[in-house]
Amino acid sequence: MEQVIMNQLSYPILSTVIFLPVLGALLILITRRSWELLTKWIALGTSILTFIVSLTLFTDFDKSTHKMQFAEKFSWIPDWNIYYFLGVDGISVLFVLLSALIAILCVLISWDSIKTKVKEFYISILLTTSFMIGVFCSLDFFLFYLFWEAMLIPMFLIIGVWGGPNRIYAAIKFFLYTLVGSVLMLVGIIVLYLYAGNTFNILDLMTKTYPYNMQLWLFWAFFAAFAVKVPMWPVHTWLPDAHTEAPTAGSVILAAILIKMGAYGFLRFSLPLFPEASKAMVPVMLTLSVIAIIYGAVICFAQTDLKRLIAYSSVSHMGFVTLGIFALNTQGIEGGILQMLNHGIVTGALFLSVGIIYERTHSRLIADYGGLATPMPIYAAFFMVFTLAAVGLPGTNGFIGEFLILLGGFTANKLAGVLGATGIIIGAGYMLWLYQKIFFTEVNKKVMGLPDMDIRETITLIPLIILVLWIGIYPNPFLDFMHPSVQHLLERVNTGGVQEANIAKTIMEVIR
Amino acid sequence: MNFQLPDLTPMIPELLMTALALIVILIDLLIKKKEVIALISIAGVAVVALSLVGSSGITFGGMYISDGYSTFFKLIFFINVILTILISIKYIAVEKVNYGEYYSLILFSTIGMMIMASAGDLIVLYLGLELMALSTYVLAGFIRHDIKSNEAALKYFLLGAFSSAFLLYGISIVYGLTGTTDLKAIASFINERGLTDNFSLLLSVIFLIVAFGFKIAAAPFHMWAPDVYEGAPTSITAFMSVGPKAAGFAVLGRVFMVAFVSVKVDWVAILIPISILTMAVGNIVALSQTNIKRMLAYSSIAHAGYALLGIITANNEGLASMMNYLMIYAFMNIGAFAVIIMLRSEGFKGDSIYDYEGLAKTHPLAAVLMLIFMFSLTGIPPTAGFIGKLYIFMAAINAGYTWLVVIAVIFSAISAYFYLRIIMYMYMKEPKTSVQLSVSPGIALALAITVIAVLVIGVLPSAVINFARIAASGF
Repeated sequence: MEQVIMNQLSYPILSTVIFLPVLGALLILITRRSWELLTKWIALGTSILTFIVSLTLFTDFDKSTHKMQFAEKFSWIPDWNIYYFLGVDGISVLFVLLSALIAILCVLISWDSIKTKVKEFYISILLTTSFMIGVFCSLDFFLFYLFWEAMLIPMFLIIGVWGGPNRIYAAIKFFLYTLVGSVLMLVGIIVLYLYAGNTFNILDLMTKTYPYNMQLWLFWAFFAAFAVKVPMWPVHTWLPDAHTEAPTAGSVILAAILIKMGAYGFLRFSLPLFPEASKAMVPVMLTLSVIAIIYGAVICFAQTDLKRLIAYSSVSHMGFVTLGIFALNTQGIEGGILQMLNHGIVTGALFLSVGIIYERTHSRLIADYGGLATPMPIYAAFFMVFTLAAVGLPGTNGFIGEFLILLGGFTANKLAGVLGATGIIIGAGYMLWLYQKIFFTEVNKKVMGLPDMDIRETITLIPLIILVLWIGIYPNPFLDFMHPSVQHLLERVNTGGVQEANIAKTIMEVIR
Repeated sequence: MNFQLPDLTPMIPELLMTALALIVILIDLLIKKKEVIALISIAGVAVVALSLVGSSGITFGGMYISDGYSTFFKLIFFINVILTILISIKYIAVEKVNYGEYYSLILFSTIGMMIMASAGDLIVLYLGLELMALSTYVLAGFIRHDIKSNEAALKYFLLGAFSSAFLLYGISIVYGLTGTTDLKAIASFINERGLTDNFSLLLSVIFLIVAFGFKIAAAPFHMWAPDVYEGAPTSITAFMSVGPKAAGFAVLGRVFMVAFVSVKVDWVAILIPISILTMAVGNIVALSQTNIKRMLAYSSIAHAGYALLGIITANNEGLASMMNYLMIYAFMNIGAFAVIIMLRSEGFKGDSIYDYEGLAKTHPLAAVLMLIFMFSLTGIPPTAGFIGKLYIFMAAINAGYTWLVVIAVIFSAISAYFYLRIIMYMYMKEPKTSVQLSVSPGIALALAITVIAVLVIGVLPSAVINFARIAASGF
């Protein structure tokens, strides 16, 4: 059965979305160093253009099929049977859109705050965007790995060059953690490649069955790469450092897209390639997820640094995502995907918001704030919405995702569901506590007379507010994308990719 | 008795190269501007490279073989020699050792390497190895007025002589056992007489591994490398880290895959711990280096460890991956050394890693180039270094050494730290001293060639892989 629908548009849309930012970066490269304004406008222009082009993916996407769409396939390195093979399905398409959107916001939020090496900064942002989108579109393992690793280069620079005081430590820690995980995955990829008869084609690899022992080894090899990126407990320790020290745009990219890649990897590769191993490892994964949820949430109370608190809340929220994915049922996985999206939107928004006040006060300490609602009422209102979304209040997107995940979690394992649910309660605790400390109580002298958000900053946050409410009130347009793909994925997992099971199923249908 | 001249076609490149080296010595007496000699050398090497086409064949009764395998290595040597000369032109003037002999020595050394790659006989091999080594000893001590350079040359010479003794001892045992030094004859003799379990044969294999291990700077025979790399003129360090190493791998591959192929199990069992030790020593000791030349010396040791995986694989695919790796390594390593050489200027050594602080601010272009080379040496896509490593790992896993590859990738992740440190100094620190770059057209050209090669091979590796495969298949 043909698994892909080739691109029907008159232009290669996925390649355009991937390489437009690279083109922008090249343009910036040749502009003169002193023309900072032009540099910014090129960056903004390309990112907006990329987003506009990517919107076609949203409108023209065929929601009735699980097949890969808008596919492009060209022979690339024939000696190794490598193809330049792109395509999106219901699991990946939303992340392509989110990446394109986040790129615009990152450019906007950095407009005034990045003052040194402006040229390099926007080149890095655009390249990161390109590589991230590439990761979500790749259907060839070689291509995937190329984007996956290449992304580390600009990200390392973003954290290390434009970050906070402890940036070098954070950048190197980030790089080494992710690299160790990735190279182990590389070994796994090569083993798969050789076993399956020299093919890097992800769709082909997914149609094959692998011996159980091999599945187990490979599951852990891939786990090493994905768990670090998610990040799952206990390999999460790079995240608080990286998040805290990165410049606002860097934190936003990390929170909104980069750490989603780990969860995406589990969905795209671990589950369909190693279904038996995944099922066997469910107890381990659920345990790790629950630990991440509770540990991440509890530790938030001990934070004095705003960004660090949000970073730890990410660990907790990503615990929900992995909990949903490894519940291995429709609700869990759909909830997991939606929660990835939600977390990207909400945490991205929170980091943007922190960036907005950090630019004014140059302090990330919670103790330096207080009564901020008085000088900055609009800002307070925006922050409120994001806080509530992070808490998971009904009507916001957080609620839908967490609800689905817990539903799936309960079905899979009652204890995991119950323990996961406590994470929501603790989450409400620390987020409201944070909100109260920053916006209410007495007005701190340091924040007195701060100007409220200007138009640029408001524009940056508005798209995210819209998405928070849209997904919160009417999530169907987004969930519709996923149904066929998730169903297909679950079929693959539950039948273990074993052909006999499919035949048995058809026989049963015939008998009926 | 009529004397018949053997077929010389397979030797044409070597003969031309010898003629070139002699011409360079002679015109050195007439030409005052040494830059001209450099240009003549480069043009000459280019002509010699063209003569590679159609030079294939076997001559001198099988003592001299020109095949795909040797041609590929000769290409690496030519790339090495051209790039080295390009980065030397200004550098040896700065070091005040602007003599014409420098170029002829480099050419002689390259002839030695070419002979090694083509050797079908252990004696020819020894001849080539000594020609290469003696020229390199002199080059290492070329900065006569610098005590460190003298030290490097002496150390290199003493330890090199020691390793030559090992080689000769190994060869003599083989000769005693089999009565021949011809690689193919050795192989058939071992097979016919069933010598695979012979203890003396094992001993000779060990001696040969020691001797070749010295040339490729594999641990525990690497001790000379850091001191020699640090003390030698930087351009020669670049030359040594690619040429003699590649030549060492060329003979390692040919001798073991042809003469000793029936005792594969033995030498693979010896090379595996050597490879692990080499990666470990290279990568771990490099972490604590503060002199960039020393750091790259250890990095070069580590890279020998990765390339050894290709030999351990003991099949054509493995050899192809090793050859591909060395070709890529030539570009990225000489590129990195070219940046180091730019930092050397009148009265400023520029070989401490602290000299790189804030380079991105003062010289953004040089910093970007160094960044690309460092990431390539780490093996991060989309650079050529990644392709090289990937190919080696694929070949090794295919031969069943998955566990060895896991060790290799872990060490490769560790290595990221010291390469990143250079990037960190360049991009994330403020400049402390004002660094003057000594740019010259030669270096600019060398950098352009290497950076383009690193990026193009990183994205479109087909041509190189294909070439390596064809070259290794006709073995």
